[in-house]
Amino acid sequence: MWKHRIGALIIIIIGAALGFFVYTTEVRQTQEFQLGLDLSGGVYLTYTTDTKNIPPAEVRESLDALRDVIERRINLFGISEASVQIEKTAFAEVGDEYRLVVELPGVTDVAQAVAMIGQTPLLEFKVQDENALSLQADGATALTLDAGMIENGTLNLDALLTQNAGFVATELTGQYLQRASVIFDPQTRAPVIALQFNNEGAAIFEQLTSENIGKPIAIYLDGAAISSPVVQDVITGGEAIITGTFTPEEAKTMVGRLNSGALPVPITLSATETIGPSLGTDAVNAGVRAGVIGFLVIALFLIGFYRLPGLVATIALALYTIAVLALFKYIPVTLTAAGIAGFVISIGVAVDANILIFERIKEEMKSGKTLSDAVKVGFSRAWLSIRDSNVSSILSAIILFWFGSSLIKGFALTLGIGVLVSMFSAIVISRVLLLAISGRTNNRIMRFLFSAGLSK
Amino acid sequence: MMIIKNKFILLAISAVLVVGSLIAIATKGFTVGIEFTGGSVIEVAYTERPENTQIQNQLKQNGFDAQVQAFGENNVIIRTRDVSESERQALLAALVIDEQVPVEQRFNSIGPSIGKALRSKALVAIGVTLLVTIFFIAYAFRHVSKPVSSWKYGIVAIITLFHDVVIPAGIFALLGYEVNSLFIVGILSILGLSINDTIVVFDRIRENLKNNEATKTDMPFTQVVGTSLRQTLVRSFNTSFTLILVLIALYVVGPETTQNLALVLGLGMLFGTYSSICVASPLLVVFAGKNTSSDK
Repeated sequence: MWKHRIGALIIIIIGAALGFFVYTTEVRQTQEFQLGLDLSGGVYLTYTTDTKNIPPAEVRESLDALRDVIERRINLFGISEASVQIEKTAFAEVGDEYRLVVELPGVTDVAQAVAMIGQTPLLEFKVQDENALSLQADGATALTLDAGMIENGTLNLDALLTQNAGFVATELTGQYLQRASVIFDPQTRAPVIALQFNNEGAAIFEQLTSENIGKPIAIYLDGAAISSPVVQDVITGGEAIITGTFTPEEAKTMVGRLNSGALPVPITLSATETIGPSLGTDAVNAGVRAGVIGFLVIALFLIGFYRLPGLVATIALALYTIAVLALFKYIPVTLTAAGIAGFVISIGVAVDANILIFERIKEEMKSGKTLSDAVKVGFSRAWLSIRDSNVSSILSAIILFWFGSSLIKGFALTLGIGVLVSMFSAIVISRVLLLAISGRTNNRIMRFLFSAGLSK
Repeated sequence: MMIIKNKFILLAISAVLVVGSLIAIATKGFTVGIEFTGGSVIEVAYTERPENTQIQNQLKQNGFDAQVQAFGENNVIIRTRDVSESERQALLAALVIDEQVPVEQRFNSIGPSIGKALRSKALVAIGVTLLVTIFFIAYAFRHVSKPVSSWKYGIVAIITLFHDVVIPAGIFALLGYEVNSLFIVGILSILGLSINDTIVVFDRIRENLKNNEATKTDMPFTQVVGTSLRQTLVRSFNTSFTLILVLIALYVVGPETTQNLALVLGLGMLFGTYSSICVASPLLVVFAGKNTSSDK
């Protein structure tokens, strides 16, 4: 019996510690719950993709390239926790099966988001800015100082530190590019990208190279430098080679983007959802309120109807709630409004297992067993019922997970995790706590406290 | 036991409710959300809310055929066809009435192709859940084949589930509450949760049958069912009651977006408990009996 008491104590201490951590990390914002779009506010865009004109073997690759391009464009705007995903849709027509889903938490300007995503890739060739000076601290990255960073005689440190490179744009852009391809250097067998400009482009390129012999010309794609080869010679004929340390796959991707002139896969905006931040905060508060009230109401009922075991169940339930919240925090599970609902509902389901056990214990006591025997037998007999009913709930959660959009997956996930943990909490935590209390006593008072309900 | 004695009355009541719901669904139809049909919804907040008709007329003049609904204190929910980004801005501009510029709270626009795929997905999800349930129960109860085969347990479970889902759906259709993907989530959850109740009763029947065999007690099936029901009544009721309490809390104080979900689940649990007690067991007895009455 003592081992039960010690076990109970250990469980309560662990629970309290976890609860403390969950609470303080939330309040101090050191590791907050991850909130889905409908709680944090933001923009959710769904694009349908048209893969009809892409040979089936290359579809997956093109979609990944698409995803990367869009992600880079979004990153330029510095939206934290933005996500870009390719989703496969069930039951769509051929050529239509993949969707691009973009989540931009905290963004309020839909127009800007949509405009930024829809642009065609921009290829630029830039040369070194003559007015720039190069600074280099020991072992640090080279920084370039240019006239634009000095305003009214003071140096704008931000501009200096976040700068890129000190290159200035030239006339030569992607519109002059006729074709890009991957070839393998005959000696080193390394992949290189071959660029072929059209006539006008060739002329501009010739001039650029002649002016910059010995200096680098940087190649920018979508505003990010992908390579800055040093010009060895004047290049006529408009053919250029980009060498670098890229893998054949990277070379192929770059070539794909350069060639497409548009995105690797054509996309159409088919659904937008924006949620204002105040609506999201309201939802969070409402969800928390519902959870707290739900818990209190259940606690009242449990203690009122089941008395002492009810109190034990309430403690087990509190520990259960803390365990699930800790899991949500550390996995982490993105909470959406539906997710919070799923969690609140799982609290209701968690009670179920406890009630099953208590009813069983009541029955065993009625059939004449001692208290502790009744408790032990109650648990083992109830297990089968608990297992069967919870398995069906978990199966449902799995099907729901498959069915739902990402906002709904949250519900399935929280419900599923909740049900799993509730099984554990009922079988382990409730059992230990109950056995710790019931011990070997069998007197009338204890039996009364353990029997329940309106006088039967 | 009282419930078994009156089984035909109880089954008749259920039948009436189910048929009524089916009629409501067939005639009035569901109020389907834009996720299934496509279209857009925008919610805006005014400082002083204009009249619905005023808003509607102004929108019409600007080329937007819209449904306008007042919401909360100062908000308006507008439903119209799905709009592109530039059209959305035109829509917002068209909502400026008497120099009041509304603040956009949320906006959702869905093209038609997404809706179609979602509909198919929903039907498949429901179908799969029902199938999985039949198989799971037939498997869990495979050892209790007398006097009712384990498949019959599965079928009775499905009939009760159907009952649990159709009646809330009928209520939603009758009262015009919106059917969107959260509604489907609610239906799928009812399927998963209300089966718990039914399993508990079946479980007890199984156990009692096993015990009777072990002790060679000869008890007619009707009596076994009646006893099992009596034994599990309190538990069934309590579990559903706690879940309904939680759902009420969710509905009353919880987030707006999940209110319909709480409602569907609440109705589902209510009728689920009713069906586990008053439909599942009587049906089992009917199936076991020598009569060949139809299954309702």
